[in-house]
Amino acid sequence: MPMSRQLTLKISLFLLVLAGILGPQMGFTQDHHIDSDEKDLTEEGYDPTNTTLHHISDQNVYSLGFAQIPLPMILYAPEDGLKMFSSGKFGIGHHGNGHYAVDRYVLVEGVVRRITDKSFPGGKVALEDHPYTFQTESKEDGADAEVVYLSHNGNTYRLDNKSTLDGGVLGGGLTSFYDFSITKNIVTMVVAMLLLLWVFLKSARRYKDNPLQAPKGIQSFLEPIFIFIRDEVAKPFLGAAYLKYLPFLMTLFFLILTLNFIGQIPFIGNPNVTGNLTFTLALAFVTFIVVNINGTKAYWQHTFWMPGVPTFVKPIMSVVEFIGLFLKPIVLTLRLAANITAGHIMIVIFVSLLFIFNNAGQNMAGSAPGLLLSSVLAMFMMALEIIVSLVQAFVFTILSASYIGAAIEEAH
Amino acid sequence: MFVLAEFNILRPEPGLFFWSLLFFLIFWFLIAKFAFKPIANALVKRENHIQDALLDASKAKEELRRIQEENTRMMDEARVLRAELIKEAKLQSSKMIEDAKEKAKEDARAIVAQANVEIENQKKAALRDVKNQVTALALEVSELVMKKNLSEDKEQVQLVNELVDDIHLS
Repeated sequence: MPMSRQLTLKISLFLLVLAGILGPQMGFTQDHHIDSDEKDLTEEGYDPTNTTLHHISDQNVYSLGFAQIPLPMILYAPEDGLKMFSSGKFGIGHHGNGHYAVDRYVLVEGVVRRITDKSFPGGKVALEDHPYTFQTESKEDGADAEVVYLSHNGNTYRLDNKSTLDGGVLGGGLTSFYDFSITKNIVTMVVAMLLLLWVFLKSARRYKDNPLQAPKGIQSFLEPIFIFIRDEVAKPFLGAAYLKYLPFLMTLFFLILTLNFIGQIPFIGNPNVTGNLTFTLALAFVTFIVVNINGTKAYWQHTFWMPGVPTFVKPIMSVVEFIGLFLKPIVLTLRLAANITAGHIMIVIFVSLLFIFNNAGQNMAGSAPGLLLSSVLAMFMMALEIIVSLVQAFVFTILSASYIGAAIEEAH
Repeated sequence: MFVLAEFNILRPEPGLFFWSLLFFLIFWFLIAKFAFKPIANALVKRENHIQDALLDASKAKEELRRIQEENTRMMDEARVLRAELIKEAKLQSSKMIEDAKEKAKEDARAIVAQANVEIENQKKAALRDVKNQVTALALEVSELVMKKNLSEDKEQVQLVNELVDDIHLS
């Protein structure tokens, strides 16, 4: 079977190239001593955990392997006001670490942090080599939190993370500044939206010109998917009212699907948008609003005073239903983010096997089994991720449809 | 070196949330208004059109089948009618021929009968004529033969007449 052998060869070559490109991006270079920012290899060799977390996180720089594309920074600190500048001003080096501090903001691992100490000079300040140290500190409630310190001119400055809305539960909380920057995820999101708009407006024109003609070109590709979502998701759950909610479900499905796929394409930065809890939370929030705005009298009655059950059960049901009201979007949020992030982590780890096996380039004998393992496993994982991308987009849409369907259902 | 501080994807960030929500709403508005609604409506329209076309086609087929059945039925009827007509015509014609034959025979018989009567009459007339002539001849002859005697003798004349009467030309 020459065809399949050729294909296997091609895939192997492809993975070799992939490993070559992703390698440096993931924190591994053989001539690491040349890059002054390289810290992982100088101390403990290749660190797959750090690489993986670096990869799945949202960043203030779009790293394409060969280029660090700067993104706009929009930062607000209550004590310092609004600051807007390009993240290129940080002088982004390897690993997304900035060479400069700008108005007491620094870029660590592609993420902006703030120097709280007012004694640090404002404006653009050149930093030393390897200025960042990471320390684990115990907080008052006993949980460990990691804190980054910056050394500059012999002094050590504590760096604040950006504010998060978890109230400290997930190691975040409100800090001295808010980051409203256009991050890698937002750029990817907008690109995906523009792509979808372009494709759909193009095919929509054909439907408007003459709705009766047979589909052609990109239309023939999109129409079966469109009809599938309409007939398998919208109609069964929403019944006669399906046409009203169809655009929303389509928007959800195609946006999630496109972003899932964009995250899987190699060499374009593997943005983890749908794996980001904040993004999925925004989607689930919109679903939550759509569901509850359209809730009928029967729906609210079922939620707060369930008919048809004994009176003493009713308060218990109310509590359960009330929790369920919020649990539904939370479940939507977590499922999508967890699935996509897990996929990203698995792929990065499988590709990392190569660097673990050859001991970050020190052990050439380990390269062969490493390459073999990482190629086969990463290939398998990518195939799996294509299915997961489809399934998760579908699941998010079908669950949204079922929640809306339950809310608009009339009393029976 | 463990950099969990990086792991920001699990923490809801106000900035990312704000932009995600904003861009999602804009995107939803635009693509729903300019793409999904027109496409959904066009699909409904096209499906109705196809449904109608299919119904029309099946109706037309039914109609065609009906017409064909009607045609077959009419053809059959016509065939039966034709057969009947032909049969009747045949009967009629044979009857006519039969009648004509009969009539011709009768006519011929009548003609022959008339001819016989005529012949009989002619014959009778001819006989009467012959008889008269014979009588006249006989008388003439007798007169000539017995001019003298017979004219006086009454008995003689009577005898001759009797004789003439006896001469029956049969």
